[in-house]
Amino acid sequence: MDTDNPIIYGLEFQARALSPQTAEADIVRFLVGTQSLKFHDNQVHLVELDEETGSLKTQVFQHSIGEIWNLQASPADPSNFITCYNTLNDEGICQMKGAIWKLPLTETDAHEIQKLENAAEIDTTTYGSDLRIITYHPTDGTKVVSVVDNNFVLWDLAASAPKAVTQGTLASKGQPKFTTGKWNPHNTCNQFVTLNDNHVRGWDFRNPTDQVWAIQSAHSQIIRDLDFNTNRQYILSTCGDDGYMKFWDIRQPSEPVMSRMEHSHWVWSIRINRFHDQLVLTSSSDSRVILCSISSISSEPFGHLISSEDEPAQTDDGSNKNKMEDSVVGRYEEHEDSVYGVEWSSADPWTFASLSYDGRLVINKVPRKYKYQILL
Amino acid sequence: MTENTSNPYNINGQHFNPDMYLEKMLKECTLKQIMDNEAEIIRDTQTLHSDMQTLVYENYNKFISATDTIRKMKNDFKKMEDSMESLSSNMDSITSFSEQISSTLQGTRQQITRLSSVHTLLKKLQFLFKLPAKLKDKMNNGNYSQAVQDYIHAQRVLNQYGNMPSFQGIQKDCEEIVEELKVKLRTQFQSRDATTKSLAESVDLLLQLKEPPESLCAEFLSNAENRLTEQLKQLKDMCENDVIEFVDMGSSGFMSDLCLIVASYKDMFVNRIPLDDTEFSDDFDSKAIAKLDTFVLNNMKNYFDLIGKRIEDVGDTAILVRALDRFYRRLHAVNTLCNETDFSTTATEIVINAGRKQCRSHLHSLKQHLTEALAKVRQTLAAKVSQDGDTGLAELQASLVMPTIEKVKGVLQDLLVFLQPELMFSGKSHFLQCFCVDEVREGLVIGFLHHLTATASGFCSGSDVPKFPPTLLLLLSKMCIEFKESSVHYLLTTTDDLFNIQRHASLANFVTSESEICNNFQTAAQNLLNHYVRLQGLSVSQMLRKSVETRDWLHTIEPRTVRAVMKRVVEDVTAIELQVSALYDDSDGQIDRSSDSSRRTHSVSVSRHQYRSNWSSYTPSHLDSSLVTNIHKLFSERIEIFSSVQFNKASILTGIIKISLKTFLECVRLRTFSKYGLQQIQVDTHYLQLYLWRFVSDENLVHFLLDEILGSAVHRCLEPVLMEPSVVDIICERG
Repeated sequence: MDTDNPIIYGLEFQARALSPQTAEADIVRFLVGTQSLKFHDNQVHLVELDEETGSLKTQVFQHSIGEIWNLQASPADPSNFITCYNTLNDEGICQMKGAIWKLPLTETDAHEIQKLENAAEIDTTTYGSDLRIITYHPTDGTKVVSVVDNNFVLWDLAASAPKAVTQGTLASKGQPKFTTGKWNPHNTCNQFVTLNDNHVRGWDFRNPTDQVWAIQSAHSQIIRDLDFNTNRQYILSTCGDDGYMKFWDIRQPSEPVMSRMEHSHWVWSIRINRFHDQLVLTSSSDSRVILCSISSISSEPFGHLISSEDEPAQTDDGSNKNKMEDSVVGRYEEHEDSVYGVEWSSADPWTFASLSYDGRLVINKVPRKYKYQILL
Repeated sequence: MTENTSNPYNINGQHFNPDMYLEKMLKECTLKQIMDNEAEIIRDTQTLHSDMQTLVYENYNKFISATDTIRKMKNDFKKMEDSMESLSSNMDSITSFSEQISSTLQGTRQQITRLSSVHTLLKKLQFLFKLPAKLKDKMNNGNYSQAVQDYIHAQRVLNQYGNMPSFQGIQKDCEEIVEELKVKLRTQFQSRDATTKSLAESVDLLLQLKEPPESLCAEFLSNAENRLTEQLKQLKDMCENDVIEFVDMGSSGFMSDLCLIVASYKDMFVNRIPLDDTEFSDDFDSKAIAKLDTFVLNNMKNYFDLIGKRIEDVGDTAILVRALDRFYRRLHAVNTLCNETDFSTTATEIVINAGRKQCRSHLHSLKQHLTEALAKVRQTLAAKVSQDGDTGLAELQASLVMPTIEKVKGVLQDLLVFLQPELMFSGKSHFLQCFCVDEVREGLVIGFLHHLTATASGFCSGSDVPKFPPTLLLLLSKMCIEFKESSVHYLLTTTDDLFNIQRHASLANFVTSESEICNNFQTAAQNLLNHYVRLQGLSVSQMLRKSVETRDWLHTIEPRTVRAVMKRVVEDVTAIELQVSALYDDSDGQIDRSSDSSRRTHSVSVSRHQYRSNWSSYTPSHLDSSLVTNIHKLFSERIEIFSSVQFNKASILTGIIKISLKTFLECVRLRTFSKYGLQQIQVDTHYLQLYLWRFVSDENLVHFLLDEILGSAVHRCLEPVLMEPSVVDIICERG
């Protein structure tokens, strides 16, 4: 596909859950989960971008068990993913549950709604009612963490049934519940980071009883999302209801490395590109997706340095090519409702998808001009 | 006649031939004629004969007398010869005598000449021998110049005969004495209390004694330096005194001394008529001047430092200016007679510095005043918050602006003293340029305005958690607007007029334009207002968020009333409106919808129809479709939530309401509702619709957002059944 035009895919239902098919490294694929209170109607869409033609190929799977609040694809097995869904129990009470699903191997007719194979249930009800997320280990497909109420629980999926291995609890009173959590991809993935209200807390699974570090009052209001820079060990980004995105060095939790306000409402999601970590995506309830270039937190602040170059040439390069200014690279206004999710593709570092509440999935690319600026 | 003379017939001629004459006669003449002729010739012959006789007689007598005379003369000559002979013998004797005398006198005369020359020599020697004693004497009497004169007199001789042992002694003595004299002169020269005049004298004498002028002038300068340092020290000790006194003291003491030193130095070393060429080497002049220059520069620098330090802490501008003027005048006078180094620039610089300092301190006091005024306003606001006071905001705001402006004006008046025409430095264009433009206008007025904007903007940086009443932001924003609209212009034109900026500003000066400052204020006002809207919106949002998040929407009873939170929201918005309307007008052309009597009825009669028309689409059968909202979205502008607001009441309130309702919407989307939960939301949104529309500029916006909220609630509802609109009405009427 040679143009930078956005590709739009419309779902019939409201949707919040978006995930790249993490284990898939060749094909640009995204998983979308719908959110409808007519539980039976809920679906999981597998959207595949044909990079040659720019056309979309979609498969729809039935997720009739409940409305999907969160969806996470396995990092190891492209066919596996986890959903956190809301369903009515027998007493007519809404309940949040988690389950591991397996996509059917057979590629049948795309127009047909296929069935998902339920690989396992992750029952978190014993830890609380408010299941927020079940997230995969960054590389290991057999480990997941669920964030429930004020607990986070490490599960081992290797056994026949998911087994809770470690549990951490935010014990102090009066603290609002966890809103979400994320693995720290550094330090051999022993750390987990949680959000509650406007605080960020780091935990270590080897000693989950106490938090390791915390950024208290990182934002002035609720923090909606966080992401790690996979290439720089201590750099963490957060975004929240104050409209700011902030970047932190977790060794210095008192002050953010930098903070910017680009959106005109709450920022719901933030993602740092895994390959070119100056590229930062944010999505907001002002119906926009904004792509920023934040060289300040990048592991390659001078752009892409070609390793084959000689030493003097490299220094030359560094002085010629000034550190790129932190700036907005793109504003994407294809959405008409709040955009709750934005994700980079796992296969192509220049492609990303965003999902707004009205069920519109938009796939965009990093502007060509900027792409070359990074590469050349 | 030749014929006549040669005529032999002419009787009287030489060639007369008597024979021929006779024959002729005989032949031609008759006898008678011959006879007559004969008779006639006989008579002629007789006459002639007698003539001859007389003539002989006469000449004989004469001859006889002549012979007598010659005889007499012969006798006389003989006598004279004798006399002559005696004379010559006499002369011979005289000559011999004279020779005899001169030979005898010769020896004596030579002796006398020798004796007289010895006498003069002896006299000189006597002077020399007496010289040491004399010198000493004169030296002891303090008559140095005489002594030096004497010495110099004798010196040549001494030098000439220096090789003789006796003279050597004298010379040595003299030199010793002179050495002593030099020492004395030097001590006099070095003594602290010596007057400059005596110094000059000493130096003059020393120079005559062929002391090296370089070392002398160095010494002279170092001595002078010491004294000047002393004076500076004294001056320093006077620092506590009145500044005018201080400057006077500096002028009369230090400056005049310096002048005297410079003048005498020049007389002594520079402007001297060269007595002989060896005395001063060629480049000595320039060297001496260079030395003097550095000396003067050093001392002036110290002096300037001292003055600069002193005038730094003068509170009263008038006194400062007077002191500066005196200082400047004195320096100017010195400058004209001193040397090429231009102290007037330095002096101007000092004056400018003083001006700058004054401006700075005024700026500081202005800032302080501002801080105090702000603190007072904050206090008043904090006190009022509890009383829910909203009147007096305008007065409060005026109390922030007016005194500040007055204060600035006062400061300007105060600084105007610098420009009094009778002040000498006020004529300097460099000073005017620096002071008026750079210091007063840019440094003070513009600086203060910048400070004002910065201070005001400072309140909107930082987190959303306010440490001060949000009303303060509103107040400050209004203040900024006021500044932008009138005060900045007023202050700048006042400044420009008072200080004649137009005339003094040159290309070198950067003159901040009024529009730039106004823009700053505009930006500050905008930021403050935006921040105010954000904070107020946040506080309302927070209520709504809590109300949505904490409630169990699945197990709620059928709505009977509007939730208290909604009433609270309306109350808060009303309170905010009161605050805002105290400072900001309605935008033009908007009808006054806030009159209490009409607010409900009006809304019910007009807007509900519109409202209802949207709502009617949510009949239970069509609830799934969000068509209406989607169509609405298609045709309406994207709503910016945290956007800039305009400076009018409606826009401000719209901003706040927008933020609140958007929060409401997002919170609703995160919840799941039962039928009654949905209906409660329906009641709540209707209630908000009834009361909020009047605050905003575009009521469709409120409709739209409330539609969205209810639409989202419908989506999030397990059993989406809406209430009868009439019931909703009744509940809202009641509530």
